[in-house]
Amino acid sequence: MSKTDIIIHDEKDNVGVIVVDKVNNGQECECWIMENNKSIKIQAIKEIPLGHKIALKNLSDGDTILKYGHDIGKVVKLINKGDHVHVHNVKTKKW
Amino acid sequence: MNIPKTFLGYKRENGRTGTRNYVIILPVDDISNACAEAIANNIKGSIAIPHAYGRLQFGKDLELFFRTIIGTGKNPNVAAVIVVGIEPKWTKKVVDEIAKTGKPVEGFSIEGTGDITTTMKASKKTQEFVQWASEKQREECPLSDLWISVKCGESDTTSGLASNPTVGNLMDKLEPLGVHLCFGETSEITGAEIVCSTRAKDEKAKKKFLDTWNNYNNFILDNKTDDLSESQPTAGNIAGGLTTIEEKAFGNLQKIGKKVKYIDVLEPGEEPTKGAGLYFMDTSSAAAECVTLQAAGGFNIHLFPTGQGNIIGNPIEPVIKLTANPKTAKLMSEHIDLDVSKILKREMNLDQAGDALIETTLKVANGRLTCAEALGHKEFVITKLYRSA
Repeated sequence: MSKTDIIIHDEKDNVGVIVVDKVNNGQECECWIMENNKSIKIQAIKEIPLGHKIALKNLSDGDTILKYGHDIGKVVKLINKGDHVHVHNVKTKKW
Repeated sequence: MNIPKTFLGYKRENGRTGTRNYVIILPVDDISNACAEAIANNIKGSIAIPHAYGRLQFGKDLELFFRTIIGTGKNPNVAAVIVVGIEPKWTKKVVDEIAKTGKPVEGFSIEGTGDITTTMKASKKTQEFVQWASEKQREECPLSDLWISVKCGESDTTSGLASNPTVGNLMDKLEPLGVHLCFGETSEITGAEIVCSTRAKDEKAKKKFLDTWNNYNNFILDNKTDDLSESQPTAGNIAGGLTTIEEKAFGNLQKIGKKVKYIDVLEPGEEPTKGAGLYFMDTSSAAAECVTLQAAGGFNIHLFPTGQGNIIGNPIEPVIKLTANPKTAKLMSEHIDLDVSKILKREMNLDQAGDALIETTLKVANGRLTCAEALGHKEFVITKLYRSA
């Protein structure tokens, strides 16, 4: 088994979680989808630290972020595939 | 894994079982803390549980206060109780309720006597209780005597990926064996409330959960000044990669596993009465408040997954910490009872992690001190609903 850089909870998710110390800008990352045990690859376009999220596709303002297969918030600033997804570009829909 | 059918606990007069054997000095109010601490200082092997409230509270807030204080005294991890209050009436009310368990309890009121005489009289009784309790031996008790509460804290994305699902795996394995289980954190279910409602055993429990969540959410909406960023999620959550309350909520919910359904919804600090199984308790998501309420509900051992490294303990309920964050496991190792960070490297699966947590839980139930106990963490925090009169 090759080293896993990113874990994705559910096949429907459009973000994954970095599970190594960090991924580097330009790094080709190994992703493991927990739900179905599949593997995919994605290229990071930012340095992203442990525990933070990476976008698995291009996302526009107003799009829904899916994690655990569920809605966890809305995009408030354009996000490119491989970009860092966090409080600077995603907000809650609840409060 | 072959799950052991028994553990070594302290049998109590009312049929419950303790994982600990404390003699506590319980103040009824804030101004009796000094006397309670003086008594505990005199008599080795007793512990004072100081807190900030108990004066001029009224209505539902007063009911919750009494439920918390009385529930703490009734908890089976407590062998005997000395109650100290400024006024005789509320002191007696607490004593009388705790006495229903059959355990030794005696009250002392300070008004008209003063701290020094009260301390002297109460110290003599405390010495008697401590020496009596020290004769108690652990006995073999069925696993179903475990009442396990859970709450996570300083969570990050590793909590939802691994440490919370490890707790969930334990729940899925222990629930069929007749263990009582309890989760809470009403505010931290926000975003996952519909999914959580589908985990109710019947329509009645489902409606009770949704009403409880709606009440809490309305309270937040009425009082919030911004989007709650840095309160919920906390700055620590955000540093750990959690972005929104919804993301935190779905991670949180991993603690109840994949199969278990909750049979009832409890008021804060309420003791469950519908038998073995999983309960939801309406609590704040602040760690010490939540664990204090669960202990008041009678839970005798606590599982606490953390991401960034919450350090909480409780004076009467042992708090077991686990983390899947490799940095936390390394940098804060003195706080971590079980490291499950190998899950992230895929060198350990959830089934193995759940088994490891069952082993750790049983060791602690049998008497092994948790990290929080060894480090002296005794956070006892009363939930207050509103201003006093």
